[in-house]
Amino acid sequence: MQWEVVIGLETHTQLRTASKIFSGASTQFGADVNTQACPVDLALPGVLPVLNRQAVEHAIRFGLAIGAAIAPVSIFARKNYFYPDLPKGYQISQYEIPVVLGGHLEIVVGDTTKVIELTRAHLEEDAGKSVHEDFIGPHGEPSSGIDLNRAGTPLLEIVTEPVMRSAAEAVAYAKTLHSLVVWLGVCDGNMQEGSFRCDANVSVRPMGQEAFGTRCEIKNLNSFRFLEEAIQYEIRRQIELIEDGGTVVQETRLYDPDKQETRSMRSKEDAQDYRYFPDPDLLPLVIDEAWIESIRSTMPALPAQLKQQWQDAFGLSRYDAELLTQDRATAALFEELLLILGKPLAKAAANWMTGDFASTLNRAGMSAADSPLNASHLAPLISRVADGTISNKIAKDIFADLWKEALEGQIKSTVDSIIESKGLKQISDSGELGTLIDQVMQANSAFVDEFRAGKEKAFNALVGQVMKASQGKANPQQVNELLRKKLS
Amino acid sequence: MSWHLSSVAMLAKALEAKAVSSTELASHFLARIQAGGRWNAFLDVNPALTMEQAASADRIRADGKAGKLTGIPLAHKDVFVTRGWKSTAASKMLLDYQSPFDAAVVERLGMPSEQNPGGAGMVCLGKANMDEFAMGSSNENSAFGPVLNPWNPACVAGGSSGGSAAAVAAGLAPIATGTDTGGSIRQPAALCGLTGIKPSYGRVSRYGMIAYASSLDQAGPIGKTAEDCALLLSAMSHHDPRDSTSLADSGEDYGRYLNAAWDASASAAKPLTGLRVGLPIEFFSEGLADGVAKSVREGASQLQALGATLVEVSLPKTKLSIPVYYVLAPAEASSNLSRFDGVRYGHRTNEYRDLSEMYKKSRTEGFGSEVKRRILIGAYVLSHGYYDAYYLQAQRIRRIIAADFQTAFAQCDLILGPVTPDVAWKFGEKSNDPLQMYLADIYTLSTNLAGLPAMSVPCGFSQDLPIGMQLIGNYFSEARLLQVAHQYQQATDWHLRQPSEVL
Repeated sequence: MQWEVVIGLETHTQLRTASKIFSGASTQFGADVNTQACPVDLALPGVLPVLNRQAVEHAIRFGLAIGAAIAPVSIFARKNYFYPDLPKGYQISQYEIPVVLGGHLEIVVGDTTKVIELTRAHLEEDAGKSVHEDFIGPHGEPSSGIDLNRAGTPLLEIVTEPVMRSAAEAVAYAKTLHSLVVWLGVCDGNMQEGSFRCDANVSVRPMGQEAFGTRCEIKNLNSFRFLEEAIQYEIRRQIELIEDGGTVVQETRLYDPDKQETRSMRSKEDAQDYRYFPDPDLLPLVIDEAWIESIRSTMPALPAQLKQQWQDAFGLSRYDAELLTQDRATAALFEELLLILGKPLAKAAANWMTGDFASTLNRAGMSAADSPLNASHLAPLISRVADGTISNKIAKDIFADLWKEALEGQIKSTVDSIIESKGLKQISDSGELGTLIDQVMQANSAFVDEFRAGKEKAFNALVGQVMKASQGKANPQQVNELLRKKLS
Repeated sequence: MSWHLSSVAMLAKALEAKAVSSTELASHFLARIQAGGRWNAFLDVNPALTMEQAASADRIRADGKAGKLTGIPLAHKDVFVTRGWKSTAASKMLLDYQSPFDAAVVERLGMPSEQNPGGAGMVCLGKANMDEFAMGSSNENSAFGPVLNPWNPACVAGGSSGGSAAAVAAGLAPIATGTDTGGSIRQPAALCGLTGIKPSYGRVSRYGMIAYASSLDQAGPIGKTAEDCALLLSAMSHHDPRDSTSLADSGEDYGRYLNAAWDASASAAKPLTGLRVGLPIEFFSEGLADGVAKSVREGASQLQALGATLVEVSLPKTKLSIPVYYVLAPAEASSNLSRFDGVRYGHRTNEYRDLSEMYKKSRTEGFGSEVKRRILIGAYVLSHGYYDAYYLQAQRIRRIIAADFQTAFAQCDLILGPVTPDVAWKFGEKSNDPLQMYLADIYTLSTNLAGLPAMSVPCGFSQDLPIGMQLIGNYFSEARLLQVAHQYQQATDWHLRQPSEVL
C-alpha cells in the first residue's frame, strides 16, 4: 500500500518584547529563578492584565509579511485549567477570533517550490516552568519547584493547514518560518532558549483517499533535527501500526531525542474541558487601518522579494540570492555594498559575499550579524579588483589580513594601506611587464620552444612563471596579451 | 465629643477650623471600633499604623497642603488589598494574607507620597467585614462571622459590603469603601439607613480589588449623606492604566451639581423642576413589601414636591436579571477564583498525597459553601456543551436588559424604585434557601448587568428598620444622581436618623 503523509504545524514563537504580554516584568532569558515575576505574573489577589502593545505590533507585522488578514477586532479568552506553573489557573489566549487570519508562506524543497497555507496566528501568554528533577523542597524533601520567570512571556502561535506531505517539507517550512520571524525582528529565533517551538500534527492515509487519517500531535519540538526525526518516527509508527491491523489513536505524544521515538503523553479521552470564555479583564483588541498602515510603513523588504529582485536585476543565481537573503544582516551588508559600489559591481559583491566572506564566517562559527568587518571594509577590496589595482588573489590575502586584525580587536589597516605597505599594486605598466616577460622567456626557453611547436599548454606555464616572478602582482590579462604578442 | 455623628463634610470643616486634629479623630474612632466589637464590622485593625497615618495627615495640614479629605478616617472593605492590614476577602483561603501592594482605591484615598502624589490623605481605620469574596446579600457568608445590623442586632446588615455599612451606621467610621457586583453597596446601605453609590462601570479602578465577577464589579462609597459620597467618589475615581476596563476620562468633581437647580426653569422652592423621574412598573409589583413600597412612593412624592415630574416606565426584563446574573457572575468567579490553589499563597491543606489531592483539599477547606456553590455553577455553565445555552444566552439577555434601560431613559432622566423587596431580615431566615437570598437582589442586579450608576438613599422605616430608595441614572450621570439625592436630603431627615445604640 502507498501511504500519503499529512502534516500540520503549530509553532509557538516567542515575541521579542522587553516586557511580558500582560505585565511590566522583564522577559530577559537566564535570570535567577523567580526574579522576573511581578505580582501580575504571580497572580496575586487583585492584579489585572494590561496588553503589551509591542506584542500586538509584532503580530501585525507577521500577519502583513505572510499576506494574512489582520482582524479588526479580536478577543482574548481564558483557557481554564489547574497546574502549578499556571498561576492564575487560566491562560490568556485568543480562541475564537485570533489577530491574524490566513496567509501563506513559500518554501523550497529540493528544486520544488511549494506554498504552505496558514490557518491563523494568535497571541497568548506562556506558562511558567516546573522543575521536577533534583529539586529539594524547603524541608529537604524531594519536591517540585516552579519558576515563573517565563510566565506571561508573549507568544504568537502560528498554525498551518494540514498541507505538508513529508518531514522534509515540515522542516523546510519550519526553517523558512524561523528565518522570516527573525528577519522581521518579531522573534530572536533562539531555539535552545525555547523561543521557537513546534508541535507537529501527523497522520497518514492511503494514497488517493480524501479523508484524513487519525492524527497524533507531537509536542514541543525545539530543534529542526528533532522535528524531522520525530515526524519520521511517527510516520513509520503509524504505518506499521495500521499495516499490522491496528488503528491510530488520537493523542498527544512527546518525542524522546535519546531514544529517537515518540511516546504517548495523553489521549483524547483525557482531554480537558478548558471552559474558554472571553476574558472580562481585557477589552476586545481593536486594530484600525491607521495602526496597520503605520506598521506596514516600517516593514523591511521581505527575503522573498529581495531574492527575486536581485536575480532579475543583477543576474544572480537563485542559489546566490538564497544565500544573500538567509538573514537580515547578510542582506543588509549586501545592500550596503551595492550602495557604496554601485549596481555594476553587484555581481562582484555577491561573489565576494558568497565566497571568501561566507566561508570565513562559517569557519569562525559566525553569522553576518557577528561579522567584525562591515561594508566599509569590504567595498574597497571589491572596487580595487574591479579597477585593476589588485588581482583577485591578492584581494583574498588582504581580506585575510583584515579579518585577522578584526579578530585581534582593532582594524588598523585599510585595503589601500595594505596595498601600499606591502607593495601589492598590480603591475599594469606594459614596459615593466614587457621586461619581466622577456626575462621569463629567456629563463624558460624550453617552454617557448614547446609553445612554438604547437603545445598550447606551454603558454599557461609561461603565464604562471610571469605571475610568480611578479609575486602575483602582474595583471594576468595584460600578461596574456603581451606574451602572445611576443611569442607570435 | 460625638464626632461619629458627624458627616465627612462636617469633619472636614472641623479639621480645617482646627476644632479637631486627625490624630484626635483617629483615636476617637479606634476607641469606638474597640468598644463596638459586637457588630463584627471589622476583620483587622492596626492602631499603630492608623495613628501614624493620622499624624502624617496632621503634618500635611500644618504644612498647608491639606486637601478636602486629608485626615478624615475611613474603613476599607476587605476586598481591597492593603499593605499593613491583612487582606482576606473574609475567606479562610486568605487567612493572614498580606498584600505587598495597595489597591488603586486604597492608594487614591490614602496618604500622598512620591509614588502616590494623588493620595487624598485619608486615614485607614482597618478592614471591614464582608461576605466571602463578596458573594452574598447578608454577610452571613463571612468566614469570620456575620455582621450585626446596628438598627437591630438580631438582623442582618446586608451584603456583601455589610461590614462597611455597619461600621458607618454604628459610628465606627465616618465613611467606608464598598464594592457592588449585584447590589453589594446599595443593599447594605439600604438595610443600615445609609447613602451609597455604585458608579458606572469603569469609573473606579479595579486594580487591587479581589475580583469576584470582573465585568460587574465596581467600587464606591457608603456614607451618611449624598454629599459625603460625592466627596469620596471624586477622590476614588480616576483613570488607571493598570485596569484595562478603567475609563479614559474618569476624573471629575461629582459634587459640582449638589446645590444647583436641575435646570434653568427651576425655582428655589422647586429646585428639581424639569427632572423627569421614571417609576418602573416592574419595581412596584408582587414581592415588594407594603412598608417598603409605601416609603419609596413617598420618596417619589417628595421629589415631585421639589418640582420633579413622575412618569411610569417599564423594564420588562427585570425578572430575568436574576438568572442572567447567576450565570454570568459565577462563570467569571469560577475562573477568577482559580488562582486560590494553595500553590503560591493562601491556605494549603496539611496533608496530601499528590498534586490533585492538594488542590482538592486546599480548596475544599479554604472556601465557604456559597463560594463553592458559585464556582460549581460557573464551571458548569462554561463547560463544553452548556456554554451556548447558558453563558452565551445570558450575555444576549444582558444586552437586552441594557437596551431596556435606554428605552426607559428616553422617557425620564432617572429611574426610582426600591433597593430591596423588604427591610433587613433576621439571621438564618434565608441562609438555608439560596434562591430566596438571590431574589432579594432583584432590584439591584440589572444595573450591574447594564453597567449603570445607581445609589441608595434612606427614605423611611418599617418595623423600626431603615428603607432605601434606589436612584438609577444613565451612564456617567453620577453627579446628577448625587444632586437629586442631595436635594432630597435637604428636604428630609431620614439620612440623619441614627440607631439608638450610637447616640
